[in-house]
Order: sequence, then structure tokens, then C-alpha cells
Amino acid sequence: MSLLSIKDVSIDFGGIKALIDVNIELEKGSLTGLIGPNGAGKSTVFNIITGIYKPTSGKVIFDGKNVSTKPYNNTKLGIARTFQNIRLFKNLTVLDNVKIAEHIHVQYGLLSSFIQHKKYLDGEKSQNIEAMNLLKIFNLDKHALNLAKNLPYGEQRRLEIARALATKPKLLLLDEPAAGMNPQETKELTDTIRFIRDKFDITILLIEHDMSLVMDLCEDIYVMNYGKIIAHGTPDEIKRNPEVIAAYLGEESPDESEILSIEGGA
Amino acid sequence: MKQILKNRLLIFIGLFAIYGIIQILLSTNILNDYYEINIVLMGINIILAVSLNLINGFTGQFSLGHAGFMSIGAYTSAIITYKLGLSFPLALLVGGISAGIAGILIGIPSLRLKGDYLAITTLGFGEIIRVIFLNTEYVGGASGLSGIPKYTNWTWVFWMAVITVVLIRNFINSSYGRCCVAIREDETAAESMGINTTFYKTLAFTIGAFFAGIGGALYAHNFYIIQPETFNFMKSFDILTMVVLGGLGSITGSILSAIFLTFVYAVLQDYAALRMVIYSLLLIIVMLFRPEGLMGTREFSLKKLFKKGDESSEFTVN
Repeated sequence: MSLLSIKDVSIDFGGIKALIDVNIELEKGSLTGLIGPNGAGKSTVFNIITGIYKPTSGKVIFDGKNVSTKPYNNTKLGIARTFQNIRLFKNLTVLDNVKIAEHIHVQYGLLSSFIQHKKYLDGEKSQNIEAMNLLKIFNLDKHALNLAKNLPYGEQRRLEIARALATKPKLLLLDEPAAGMNPQETKELTDTIRFIRDKFDITILLIEHDMSLVMDLCEDIYVMNYGKIIAHGTPDEIKRNPEVIAAYLGEESPDESEILSIEGGA
Repeated sequence: MKQILKNRLLIFIGLFAIYGIIQILLSTNILNDYYEINIVLMGINIILAVSLNLINGFTGQFSLGHAGFMSIGAYTSAIITYKLGLSFPLALLVGGISAGIAGILIGIPSLRLKGDYLAITTLGFGEIIRVIFLNTEYVGGASGLSGIPKYTNWTWVFWMAVITVVLIRNFINSSYGRCCVAIREDETAAESMGINTTFYKTLAFTIGAFFAGIGGALYAHNFYIIQPETFNFMKSFDILTMVVLGGLGSITGSILSAIFLTFVYAVLQDYAALRMVIYSLLLIIVMLFRPEGLMGTREFSLKKLFKKGDESSEFTVN
């Protein structure tokens, strides 16, 4: 059974068609990539899934239910995301960042927090333990009390993933997780993503420009261009797909190749 | 658990000592009426500044309508005691609750706005409340209500200020309070973490308005008379000044600056002509050298003072 299905979704922004009849199916436990040139509509797909944008037509079904137009409700349904430009709570500690994401599972009421009742103390303790366990997995526990803005770039990216996982999602959306990373960091990130998929038993959809990461990691790839899905298949199929090659490299015009061959000959 | 109880007991003993010393000084007339007025005013200002800090500093919603909530508390409590002849504690509670309800009513529509737009809207609401009181004959119109019994004293102000600070501090240190701070830091990210931002903004607004109402009720029962003019937007700015000076996002900062500014204001009373000049210069100097306010977002704590350099002991998982 598919966990997420996007059915014939289109969206217009004042006459500009950002998405045209997009269909995406994600199987439970799958690791899927969404690629395409800049401006192809990848982030718009994320914003539709999380409820930030409402599609003009078509629907998004997650776990048997229509997704809400309120992002916080979708988080409660089990959709978590990271952002293309890191959006941490910069002036808060690493620990607090994760604890805020744990709020939807809070175990005490507003009144017991006012008087710091025993329920509050127990609840805070278990939030701390859970958050620290999560940080340990991402090797961030030693930074627990540092401010998020003081972490190096790669660790901020990891923290954002850890924070998203703290909401205990069924589906994790990663928006360009490897952006700005060096090859070594990208390699580590690949291992991390694979690890969390197995460890947390979740479904992952990721947008990425780094082809080596996508081809290495994803079992299934969707390619977008100009708001449409132009190809769908396994990494090997995608690599050989002429339309994809055209979208990324531009089409080979016969005139140009002639000129090149003349120049090469001279 | 034992450690927590021990700490709480120590804090309570400390507070009781402060209360007792000042109470003795007041009752033996070592501190005369002039001092008493200003000490009570400090307490009221602490309540107002800390409650506004919850809205402006912690939740990051720029509100300029705090005097409006204060006036609702002041007028409703005065009606309870002066017009209806009921008890003062009831008046405090009703004053707080009615201001809190106003906070909900104003919060729901206006908290969809952000930044400057919210500031202007709340400023408008504050003025609307003032004009309503100005045109209501039942509460005396422009001349206001006079002859309100004087119930506010050091005891009431001190313990109400303590309750305000403790409850707001506890709220901020809870999961619910963290949601408010998350909204200040990044609203989009907060929403994608499952936080209903409108709800938490309204919650912070309501709690802040509730305590502003209590501050207003204490104010009304301290000066015999309340007039709509007392609660104009300049009053909102006064409270805002305390919050910004102390540090947006620091409770202890708000307490310190409320005490400090009330003190400066009282001292400068003898130099009426120069008062506003010196007061403004002081603010400019502080903002030039410490733009984040006296405390920034930090809190002053005895624990840190005693255990300097031993930060790792502050947090342990098990």
C-alpha cells in the first residue's frame, strides 16, 4: 500500500503553472529521490505535501487521509520536513531545538507546567532523555547545550534532520540535505539517511542536486522539469532516459556538433 | 526531586526575608510614605514589564496595547470594590480575567498580522479601549473614577509580583512556553514542527493580558483615582521601554529595569524640566552600549553565580 499518493496535482500562481498534473506514489519504507533543474517545481511539491500551498486541482492522500491545509496538522499526521535554507531555532540550544519538535507528544498539561507539578517534572525528564538519545544517534549530544547557530554547517544540517525525526514522522521530506556540503560530508550524510530509514522505519522523499548522492541512495527517482514529471524509474533507468539527459544538458543540435567537429579537426 | 524541593524552599525563604525586611522598614517608618509609593510602583511595574515581555520578548509579537489591558483590569476591579462593594482579592481576579478575555478577543483577529502591522493594530486597540472608558458615564467619563479604596500595599504588590514572575517563568520553561519561543525564532519552522502558531500566540497574549489586568487592578487601588488619560499609549511605551531596556526575552532583565527605571523616574521628580531629557539620554546611552538590553536573553541565576565554570553539571540526562 502506498503511504503517500499525489494525484493529478496542478497549481497556478497567478497564471504561472508551477505544477501540471503531477502524480507521485511513495511506497511504505521506500527511499525516493525528486530531481530536476532549478525552478522545476520540486520545492512546490514539498509545500503541497506539507500543506503550505493548496493545490488548484488534484489531491494529496497521506496514509489514507487527505492532507490538511494547515502544516501543523500534517506534522501530527506524520509528515516532517527539513528546509532548503536551514531553518533552525538559531538562538536556542541544540537540545531545545529537538525538545520543541517533541511538543506534539507532550505528556503534561498547561496547568501542571504553571505550578511545576510532578507530571511536569516527569514529562520534562522523559523529553530530555528522548532528545538526548536522538542527538546521540546524530553524534550531536556533546553540543546539546550549545546554541544552534554556533554549530558548523554540516552539523546544522544533521540537527535539522534530528529535529524533524523528533516529531516521530512516518514520512520524512528532505529538501536538498547535501547542499553546501563537501564530498566527505555528503558521504557521511548518505550513510546517515540510509541508517535512519532502517532504524526509524520511515519513508523518505528527498530533493537533491547532488547526483552521486541520489543515484547512490534512492531506489526510485522522479524527474521534474517545467512543473511536470518527465521521468520515473530506478537510478539506472533514469541515467539512460533521453528526456532526462536533455533536461539536464540541453538538446544536442546537429549544427553545433558540426561546428565542434570542425573545430576539433582544425 | 529532593533537590528541587530543597531549592524551592530556599527560594521561598529568600523571598520571605526580602518581604519581611521591607515590611519592617515600612511599618517602623524608617522608609516613609514617599518610599512606600515608589516601592509599590516598582512592584506594579515589574508585573507589567514581565507580562509584556512574555508577549514581546519571548513570543516575539510586537504589542503596543499593554496599557489597554491594564486599564481594563483597573476599571473592572474598581467597579467590583468601589461600585459593588465586594472584596479586593475578588477584584484582582476579575480584573485579571476580564483583561485576559480582552486579550483573547483582540488576539484572535490581530495575531494574523506580523511585525509593524501588529504593533499598529494593538496600538489602535489600546486607544479604542481608552476611548470607550472616556465615553462611559458609569465609570466617570473623562474625569475618571475617584475615591477608590486604597487596598494596595507592599504585601499585596510583593506577593502578586512573585506569583506573576514565578508563573510566567514556569510557563516559559515548559513545552508550551518553548512553542512560544520557537514562534519568535522561526514561525515557518515552528509550524512545520506541529505547532499551531495562532493558538500559541493567542495563549501568550492572553496570559500577558491577564497579568497586565492584575497590575492595573493593583494600580487602581493604590492611587484613589483612575482616569482614561492615565492609560494612553505613552503608558504602553513606558512598559515597552522597561522590557527593551531589560532585554527582550529575559525575565530578570525586566525585573531589574522595572526597578531601575521607577527609581530613576522618582529621583528625577525634583528636576521636572530636565526629567524627560535625562531619562531619554539614559535610554539612548544604554541602547548604544548594550543594544540587546541589560540582560539580553540571559537570566540571572544564583546557581550560575556560585557554580561558575562548572556548566556541565547543570544538565545530566539520567
